[in-house]
Amino acid sequence: MSRSREFAARVRRALADERVTAAMRGTTWRKVTARAESLGALRDPERLRDLAAQIKQHTLERLPEYLTQFARQVQQAGGHVHPARDAAAARRLVCDLARQYGLKLAVKVKSMTTEEIGLNAALEAAGVEVFETDLGEFIIQLDHDRPSHIVSPIIHKDRRQVAAAMARELGCAYTEDPIALTRIARAYLRDVFRRCDLGISGTNFAVAETGTLCICTNEGNGRMSTTRPRVHVAIVGIEKIIPRLADLPVFLKLLSRSSTGQPLGSYTTLITGPKRPADRDGPQHLHVILLDNGRADILAGPFAEVLRCVRCGACLNACPVYRRIGGHAYDSVYPGPIGSLLTPLLDAAGDHYDLPFASSLCGACQTACPVRIDLPGLLLRMRAALHGGQPWSKRAAIRLWQWAMGSAATYQLGQRAMRAFLADDGAGWTTRGAGPLSRWLEARDLQRPPARSFRQIWEEYLSRE
Amino acid sequence: MDVALFVTCLTDTFFPRVGEAVVRVLRHFGCRVHFPPAQTCCGQPAYNGGFHTEAAKLARRMIKVFEPFDAVVSPSASCATMIRQHYPTLLENDPDWRERAARLAARTHEFTTFLADRCQVDLAAHLRFAEPVTFHYPCHARETYGVERLQGWLTGSAGVDLRVPEHPDCCCGFGGVFAVDYPEISAAMLDDKLRLLAATGARLVVCNEGGCTLNIAGGARRRGLPLRCRHLAECLAESLGLMEPQP
Repeated sequence: MSRSREFAARVRRALADERVTAAMRGTTWRKVTARAESLGALRDPERLRDLAAQIKQHTLERLPEYLTQFARQVQQAGGHVHPARDAAAARRLVCDLARQYGLKLAVKVKSMTTEEIGLNAALEAAGVEVFETDLGEFIIQLDHDRPSHIVSPIIHKDRRQVAAAMARELGCAYTEDPIALTRIARAYLRDVFRRCDLGISGTNFAVAETGTLCICTNEGNGRMSTTRPRVHVAIVGIEKIIPRLADLPVFLKLLSRSSTGQPLGSYTTLITGPKRPADRDGPQHLHVILLDNGRADILAGPFAEVLRCVRCGACLNACPVYRRIGGHAYDSVYPGPIGSLLTPLLDAAGDHYDLPFASSLCGACQTACPVRIDLPGLLLRMRAALHGGQPWSKRAAIRLWQWAMGSAATYQLGQRAMRAFLADDGAGWTTRGAGPLSRWLEARDLQRPPARSFRQIWEEYLSRE
Repeated sequence: MDVALFVTCLTDTFFPRVGEAVVRVLRHFGCRVHFPPAQTCCGQPAYNGGFHTEAAKLARRMIKVFEPFDAVVSPSASCATMIRQHYPTLLENDPDWRERAARLAARTHEFTTFLADRCQVDLAAHLRFAEPVTFHYPCHARETYGVERLQGWLTGSAGVDLRVPEHPDCCCGFGGVFAVDYPEISAAMLDDKLRLLAATGARLVVCNEGGCTLNIAGGARRRGLPLRCRHLAECLAESLGLMEPQP
């Protein structure tokens, strides 16, 4: 493994697209500010974050217990539970259910878990038409694009791109007015909702105590997609469990605030079992697929903390790297700081070498995380885990450097050599050079070390004054 | 109070004036300053690169150099954090060194917080600025002092025209080896940071981290922006009349 040319190419592509860069900069900063303001309005947001972290950590430490309890409760409420070891198993389960019930038209609630397992393509191959019903995801699907943010999938698109995709794919009159565009999508999806027979969702939180699925959306499509179709299939990562219904408010208070700065999303849907005889609506059948797909292995290792993640996207918004390179550069369903950890963990066979290294370790992610995942600390740990796989040239350079730092004499020799090596442009700065220096000089000059180092000043006069 | 100065390799090499300012200010407030000449680098580049074995070798070396002293002070929050936070982690499985790492960690301080908290110096009361000033908050100060605290020291100083940049805690894109490993990304982040700083209209940037200063000052020069960085130690030394102001 080493630095991948593909990663560098994706980064260059992203940086060259000034329209996307400008949109991303504006949106991410707006979200950062909105998050800070809405959390700041709470009496004790820091304590709330502590509590959320503790609940998640506690749950992870007793996960088998809570999963058993959750499954039992879902069944008691009339639902079915299926464990899925990996993505292929989960896809197979959903396709089998579609066949078994004779389902032809699926509506989907926005779900990163279904992105992770590549569900749409599998369903389409099995003869099921699939519609994304979240507005952002709907546009992604229309435009044959991929989401670039776990909460705001089209953060990389501006309204002109959205307008063009909708006019092209839906044959509607071209308009850039967001309200008009939303109305067009709404009318289009209404018809789909009338005809659908399968509803597919992920979940934000799965409550072990009651077997309840909690889905948070802003558009109401989550509620439509889980009540209107005959069958509801929820694909739930095993880390989504929380112990009690009473724990839910802790997360609801934090989720939307961290994500968009809203006190609460517009729709918070709690689903316990399929339609009961007295219910006016709801699916006849509820199937919950508990997805492992590498999570149990993560839980057993030194990166278990990442499983606290509630997918709020706050670390993406806060990250100065994500802000500039966007989600697609990560080439993963999960971009941003959490993605730099999750991606190599979930896809150990893939080459994601660059992700944990392409970070300045500024810690903005950790400051934003509602469940206090130590993202920079874990990135450091990940780097150490990959260290044997680093390019030999880098390993050799580090060893040489470490040797030189092993005595004051070699250290000072290095200081002098560096000063001699740095060409003076006549004003005390270096503007040209080779090797790693040239990479530094791509974007900035380097001031030359002054003639005397601090230790020379110290010896010459400062120590005696 | 006896204090050992951990000057850091970057300050020693690129910013000797910062080291001198730290010494003069510490002496002004009654400290006796020692400079153990065997000190080199704390090992952070190796540690951040994932080379823990190499970093641990340097950590043990630095512990030996500094453990005879009751207090160690560094002008860099980043390098101080390396000792305070990462040495204990790095050596936690080394029974011979674990205790020694923890002892040194507890005695190591970043310069501004050492002055404010240990020496009870009201930094704002001593700071003077003759021109509009803005600041860069170094990310690696997060564990040491918050952006509000830095802002408070500056706001409180007499007659100051403080231009708080938008998003003051935004990273400058330095990140150590990151800046040369991923120059395109680092450069883009630097562009963002410089835009925020330049928008304040101030030319003087208080920046307490040598790495960030190399990045910000070098980036400003390349883009023809009239920004210059000063460590708070230099600002204090100048305000107190301990050093001549430098243009």
